[in-house]
Amino acid sequence: MSERPLITAVSVPRLPRHIKLRFDEMRQHWVLLAPERVLLPDEIAVEILLRCDGSATIGSIAKTLAEKFQAPHEEVERDVIELLQDLADKGTVAA
Amino acid sequence: MSAPAPPLALLAELTHRCPLQCPYCSNPLELERAASEIDTETWCRVLDEAAALGVLQVHFSGGEPTVRRDLEVLISHAAGLGLYTNLITAGVLIDERRMAALVAAGLDHVQLSIQDHEADNADRIGGYRGGHARKLEVCRMVRSAGLPLTINAVVHRQNLKNLAAIVDLAVMLGAARLEVAHVQYYGWALRNRAALMPTRGQLVQATETVNAARSRLMGILTIDYVVPDYYARLPKACMGGWGRRFLNVSPAGKVLPCHAAETITRLTFESVLERPLAAIWAESAAFEAFRGTDWMPDPCRSCERREIDWGGCRCQAFALTGQTDAVDPACGLSPAHHALVAIAEEESAAPPPRFAYRRIGKSRRHRGGPSPRPSERRPN
Repeated sequence: MSERPLITAVSVPRLPRHIKLRFDEMRQHWVLLAPERVLLPDEIAVEILLRCDGSATIGSIAKTLAEKFQAPHEEVERDVIELLQDLADKGTVAA
Repeated sequence: MSAPAPPLALLAELTHRCPLQCPYCSNPLELERAASEIDTETWCRVLDEAAALGVLQVHFSGGEPTVRRDLEVLISHAAGLGLYTNLITAGVLIDERRMAALVAAGLDHVQLSIQDHEADNADRIGGYRGGHARKLEVCRMVRSAGLPLTINAVVHRQNLKNLAAIVDLAVMLGAARLEVAHVQYYGWALRNRAALMPTRGQLVQATETVNAARSRLMGILTIDYVVPDYYARLPKACMGGWGRRFLNVSPAGKVLPCHAAETITRLTFESVLERPLAAIWAESAAFEAFRGTDWMPDPCRSCERREIDWGGCRCQAFALTGQTDAVDPACGLSPAHHALVAIAEEESAAPPPRFAYRRIGKSRRHRGGPSPRPSERRPN
């Protein structure tokens, strides 16, 4: 990787092979396992991460979530981009 | 007291054997020999118990974990339990065949140490000729295998001037993460403190280098930065708090709250050979000793940061004061803090003494080496 990945509405985010999102039965919480890090994503982050499947664009993820939570599309899209840019900068999300 | 929350990660120290002899090694001075290492079956049971206890990640470490021929078996066993597997290695023993076997076993991530950016000084520090070149080759193998790579660089007065070049090397090797870790002074590092301690000026410059690299390499290389205690005002939240997030199993099967805990000679650590891991985590005296905030002396117990830094580092407090529950001298509120800063300033200003290289069976203090001050002499 030689450039910073920039997340925009047309980006297609995915979790790299070495990043694992799974539900931990013991803690009853989703966990994101990354190299030498364990993240406990909040409810909204989980909704977003579960849709980072390498085929949906940010725009379509935002559309789905805006409908699900009955929130303005632009606002949701801005939040999705902000979260995924932060994770992309840490190497946790690829796009 | 209610049951503690489950640990997030297990540091599995498979062995103390290592082909390198880094003078800053955090292993204890009394290294375990091969004969005292627990066997494959016991390690598999430890992994079973760790997963059942709630552990999510396993860091296979040492010494050099690849000296264990059963490493692949253990990685495969851990992966089968759904554990995230990380190999913390010096790399030099890995060839193409071994790498393929590690990948096939289900390894998720590799953290590989380098001693400097160029071979001469790196091999001198590691005490292993040809090591640096070998490491570069192994990094290439890791990336060709599609595994993510973290480079670990322990920095000190004898390589700090090359920090910018170390960062460049990490990028060139395709690492996504770089750990720039100033030496933490216990075990062999404490023995070699005067040979390793940077000046305050070197530290300031290093921090500037890291900050500049972080903004330049945003999204390309994540840099974790471990600052040196001796010049700090606040102690580090060692292990995220004693017995809160991590447990460590030593080569002989001792269960420790951190990899340096055996340096606290007043504590007794229980073994996986004697008791289930869950019981040791929840009940053993060593884990309970500094868990939470009840054990804290003043000013820690009334400090607003008591649940941020969790009282700092117990190993360091004991090594420098002889008291297990003393305020970590790294903290500006410790009565020993000024003496600590004075030691750092004095030792870093003097010419560095020769390294006492980390070797099994060579733990006794060399004559003419740095001697402990009365205030930091360990009680017998």
